[in-house]
Amino acid sequence: MTSPELTKISAGPTACCPLPLPHLSQIVLGHGSGGRMTQALIEATFYPELGNPLLLQRDDSAVIEMADGSRLALTTDAHIVSPLFFPGGDIGRLAVCGTVNDLAMVGAQPRWLTASFILEEGLPRQDLARIVGSMRAAADEAGVLLVAGDTKVAERGKCDGLFITTSGLGLIPADRQVNGGRAQPGDIVIVSGTLGDHGVAVLAARGDLAFESDLASDVAPLNDLVEAMFAAGAGIRVLRDPTRGGLTGSLHDICQQSGVGIEINESQLPIDPSVAAACEMLGFDPLYIANEGKLVAIVEPSEAPAILAAMQAHAYGKQARVIGSVTDVNGGRLVLRTSIGSRRALEPMSGEMLPRIC
Amino acid sequence: MKYVDEYRQADRVETVLDQIRETVRQPWVMMEICGGQTHAIVRHRLDRLLPDELELVHGPGCPVCVTPIEQIDRALAIAARPEVIFTSFGDMLRVPGTNTDLLSVRAAGGDVRVVYSPLDALTIAQANPNRQVVFFAIGFETTAPANAMCALQAARLGLDNFSLLVSHVRVPPAIEAILSAKGSRVQGFLAAGHVSAVMGYWEYPPLAERFQVPIVITGFEPLDLAWGILETVRMLEAGEVGVANAYQRAVTYQGNRPAQLVIDQVFEPCDRNWRGIGLIAGSGWRLRPAYASFDAELRFDVGPIRSAESEDCIAGRILQGLSKPTDCPAFGSACTPEHPLGATMVSSEGACAAYYRYRLNAPEPALLEERRA
Repeated sequence: MTSPELTKISAGPTACCPLPLPHLSQIVLGHGSGGRMTQALIEATFYPELGNPLLLQRDDSAVIEMADGSRLALTTDAHIVSPLFFPGGDIGRLAVCGTVNDLAMVGAQPRWLTASFILEEGLPRQDLARIVGSMRAAADEAGVLLVAGDTKVAERGKCDGLFITTSGLGLIPADRQVNGGRAQPGDIVIVSGTLGDHGVAVLAARGDLAFESDLASDVAPLNDLVEAMFAAGAGIRVLRDPTRGGLTGSLHDICQQSGVGIEINESQLPIDPSVAAACEMLGFDPLYIANEGKLVAIVEPSEAPAILAAMQAHAYGKQARVIGSVTDVNGGRLVLRTSIGSRRALEPMSGEMLPRIC
Repeated sequence: MKYVDEYRQADRVETVLDQIRETVRQPWVMMEICGGQTHAIVRHRLDRLLPDELELVHGPGCPVCVTPIEQIDRALAIAARPEVIFTSFGDMLRVPGTNTDLLSVRAAGGDVRVVYSPLDALTIAQANPNRQVVFFAIGFETTAPANAMCALQAARLGLDNFSLLVSHVRVPPAIEAILSAKGSRVQGFLAAGHVSAVMGYWEYPPLAERFQVPIVITGFEPLDLAWGILETVRMLEAGEVGVANAYQRAVTYQGNRPAQLVIDQVFEPCDRNWRGIGLIAGSGWRLRPAYASFDAELRFDVGPIRSAESEDCIAGRILQGLSKPTDCPAFGSACTPEHPLGATMVSSEGACAAYYRYRLNAPEPALLEERRA
């Protein structure tokens, strides 16, 4: 036993939780988490080479202004998910909805999508047919057309069944100004429904973590909900779909882009009891888990009641709730008022989300 | 969620906090031994709601943090072998060894898999008879029963492709080491509720007597923690020495006897190195000779392990005053009080936490004013 070191424990611990490695030399899964590592990768590798004013808007879609003053929204998404089919959806529905939603989050009306398929040798044709069928159904629901595509086949073992990349183009009505930089102190923060459903449903469907649930993914196209919101009030400043990185990631981005603080109330967050229970057991936090059919809106206070009511009247917004407000006192930080009345910062996820030991 | 929400209700917690404020007369230093409790305290910011007289010192009860670096290096060497499927609790994957971590071994082609239950590792072994499946059996008394059960099951099933890399640690020797240390400031302990649910608290009365301290078995929800702190303060103010149970809904004096028997059947005490602390006599468990055939250390010859702490971990330097928190590349970005990566950021009195709190425009001052109003 080494007393000198132990003396230091009692004076303030030296038991150092060693720092995780920065993972600068190779890609690890955490680079795809949607949290800090993803952001660091983009800023270190993509922005320096490819950066331009449109890319550096840092919103879900690039907004391109045409010579006649009209505006286009353009976005792209790559989709990998295991399993390919999960309760509530599949990779096809995910691919269409993900791109539709990214367009809707800049206020655009999604119109045209393209899809590229990387198929793994040995993929059952009927699986592919089912996935393409659900893409068609999702596109019909969202009112978009799939207008171009590409197909490649990779050797067995080179991809996980299939990967789909979708791009989308939409038109932004002239009177809409929605982007991550417009949040102002006093604005109201609304979420459209329960948080974490998609991530936990996929985790349960994967079957390698020992729990079962009847949870379904929330994957859905949100453009019609967004139209209903704009019909109820023009005071929508920011829209985000909290996918990878969860609600925390989206709100943190808004704080950064707008230079404001946001405070949300733990006791007002809509979380399905099954999601809460699974997260408690595994050591996850629903505020970091992906959603695929939810949005978070920052709205002007005077129009918040009408917009909230319009959301609650829509099939994809029935459980919409006010969860907090934009502030100017937190120095650009995202703050959670806990259920016991204290306040703490909410930081973006550091790397890959891993279940805890006990 | 039932049985959780009840213990996170503001009015109930506030009632107990009021009782703590009424009870406390003088400054006290208490240690919560368990990393799970530290996390819960910081997560709910309970530390900010306690009276100024109370100082919570965070203990070494984070099994991931204290797993010795040489054992992590051994895990990395085994996991990189082509015939091996290496299974582990998720949060071990990002803990660095001397040169790398399990996430990187996986990225470089190693078959590293996260399991939630160690028994899942057995299932993987049964499904892959041509591969060697290794489970990284770490943790305190909490994880030991299921890990021991793995060895029993593997023996029963006659699995010859399954082994355990064991690095278990025990709480009572750590408490003894902390209290024996010269200049120890800890005057009372919040003992870990999960560990006590398994082990009971029959090991604690002799420690409380010997070192003349109160030891209070404490749970993990805000209300549980507030109860534990209240009982500790009450005993300290009354000059009482002994063991109290503030987590009666989960913990009995005897603990879980069948679990204790399984541990005793499979494991025997041994000396163990604690990362960042040093060797603590009798503080570990290893496989008994009867289960040596399931010992991954014996099964895989990975050659001599030469371990060295990473230069990236500067918590030790910060505490010695050799470096400032801002010298650390992770400070304030990857490492924050809410997602602490180092003890100096975990600790409410740690230099990194203080830097973080006061150098950024943190919300705490406003909260303090609100409370004083």
